Amino acid sequence: MNVVYLDNNATTQVSGEVMGAMMPFFGNFYGNPSSMHTFGGQVAHKIREAREKVAELIGAHPDEIIFTSCGTESDNAAIRSALYTAPEKRHIVISRVEHPAVRALCAHLAGQGYRVTELPVDKDGRLDMAQYENSLTTDTAIVSLMWANNETGVIFPVEDATRMARERGILFHTDAVQAAGKIPIDMKQNTIDMLSISGHKLHAPKGIGILYVRKGTKFSPFLIGGHQERERRGGTENTPSIIGLGKACELARLSMERENTYVKELRDRLETALLTAIPNSRVNGDTEHRLPNTTNISFEFVEGEGILLMMDQYGICASSGSACTSGSLQPSHVLRAMGVPFTMAHGSIRFSLSVYTTPAEIDFVIEKLPPIIERLRGMSPYWNPGKEVCHVT
Amino acid sequence: MWEYTDKVREHFLDPKNVGEVENPDGVAEVGSIACGDALKLTFKLDENQRIKDIKFKTFGCASAIASSSALTEMAKGMTLDEAMKITNQDIAAYLGGLPQEKMHCSVMGKEALEKAIENYRGAPVKAPGEQIICECFGVTDKEIERAVLENNLTTVEEVTNYTKAGGGCGNCHEAIRQIIERVRGNKEVKPILRPRLSNIQKIKMIEETLEREIRPSLKLDGGDIELIDVEGNRVLVATRGMCATCKAADITLKHFVEAKLRDLVSPDLVVEEVTP
Repeated sequence: MNVVYLDNNATTQVSGEVMGAMMPFFGNFYGNPSSMHTFGGQVAHKIREAREKVAELIGAHPDEIIFTSCGTESDNAAIRSALYTAPEKRHIVISRVEHPAVRALCAHLAGQGYRVTELPVDKDGRLDMAQYENSLTTDTAIVSLMWANNETGVIFPVEDATRMARERGILFHTDAVQAAGKIPIDMKQNTIDMLSISGHKLHAPKGIGILYVRKGTKFSPFLIGGHQERERRGGTENTPSIIGLGKACELARLSMERENTYVKELRDRLETALLTAIPNSRVNGDTEHRLPNTTNISFEFVEGEGILLMMDQYGICASSGSACTSGSLQPSHVLRAMGVPFTMAHGSIRFSLSVYTTPAEIDFVIEKLPPIIERLRGMSPYWNPGKEVCHVT
Repeated sequence: MWEYTDKVREHFLDPKNVGEVENPDGVAEVGSIACGDALKLTFKLDENQRIKDIKFKTFGCASAIASSSALTEMAKGMTLDEAMKITNQDIAAYLGGLPQEKMHCSVMGKEALEKAIENYRGAPVKAPGEQIICECFGVTDKEIERAVLENNLTTVEEVTNYTKAGGGCGNCHEAIRQIIERVRGNKEVKPILRPRLSNIQKIKMIEETLEREIRPSLKLDGGDIELIDVEGNRVLVATRGMCATCKAADITLKHFVEAKLRDLVSPDLVVEEVTP
């Protein structure tokens, strides 16, 4: 069975070119880049090239790039460093829709005596910037706001937010794991202090990420060890993955326009067709400020896991914010923060496309999904077409 | 990805007895859309008082649909006394087992069957003295006791897997722990400690949350809410506009207002409506 992979916000396929670039570093080029001999040194040279490619994607200087093991490590390193370098400050500002890598860390830090402000979002997943500004105090050590949300694709105005933080001498970190490679990022045009990227969200392998740290920003390493990464992250370099990430960033830079034309058109086609074909469905999140590859659609009165499993029968891969799919008993924290009604939240499905998605795949989903929803609604005690329903928001 | 058995997949992809029996002898509805699981069961008896026809409608995940389908297949042809003996374990076994986290789906099936039979017999739906322990999912002490006894459960997490109790705000974990201890004849009960807000902080946060998170949504439906007083953890409110006359206002207060306040202010809060 063919796989129709529309779950690219979860992870992406390693592109052929990336894999090709990596392979030699599993084989002949196994030298340690820190070694004195030419055999190791040639690897260091390749790592330097990869660092330049990563920097180029986000308009940074190569020295500002620290290779890490994943987005979660980058988020942890950034927030902990900010707290460590400003020990007199005890306040953190995040949003209620942050990724667990930030939210769970901050919940943990709250247990250690830090004060954490979780900014709410409105029904479209947007921040109230006035409220954000009011949350900043002289005690605030760091603000961490995601560039784009993984579940809805909603983009936060982080470049505006970082200005307000900087005016008050507060460090600003952004989790750009979903944004990087999908929308333009130019660190020369903003004042963001730290930024996280994960390799496997942009067609590099799992287990590699970066933390961008602006020149002049005080930094305290998370992993203490050797002199690697200019003593900002100990541990022998994950050479093949670093090379892979460099290649992936180069490709992402070249396909940025395709992402915002071709991919966006496919996403819009999918969204429009599903909303037209399926009554009582709606898009979750601000559709104006949104990643080009993501749509989060709720189908009322059905439960997400059932939809996913029925799509799975056709090889269609997506994800859901329903309670049943997460193992917890409540729908996703993002949809709850947005106040999506229960009737809608349980039946939410996220489709996330990539440059490798084809029009035929989108048509396949447009053909297969409406009957699936109809079938599940036929089993649902709440589905009563035409009947007025009082929503409990 | 859940590890479902082939039998679960089969009953999910091709469920038996979907729908509603016409002129049913017994009807039951359990669960709610807020929980993410709900089941409506209807049955009809034949002249020998055996279940002739039994149908379900289920909102929920694959295992909820499979459990409902399995239940109807099992109960068909049984007398009501026989059907009353079906346990959630029997349903799970019929399906070749369910993941631990999904056992509550089989419990929901068992409950629906019991309620439908009680509905036919005209017996009271809830035994006197029964009280709701988990307010997020409306689970009573009796249901928890039974799940603990029948499935030999020892931890709060297991109780959550089987009954959903404790899976929302987590406020009732202590109460569940006490039920487990009581049922298992162990009196050792350890209290849990939580950082506390001062009264002023709490009232201020409740006011802010109502203003920012709750009133705007209610106003969309022509309703409104007013904070009357805060006594300890009791938040006293008055409903206004459409909410004052809406039959679903109780649900709104519990599932929306209280859930929000618990989420954003303190997990111990209880919202109560006062009559003006």
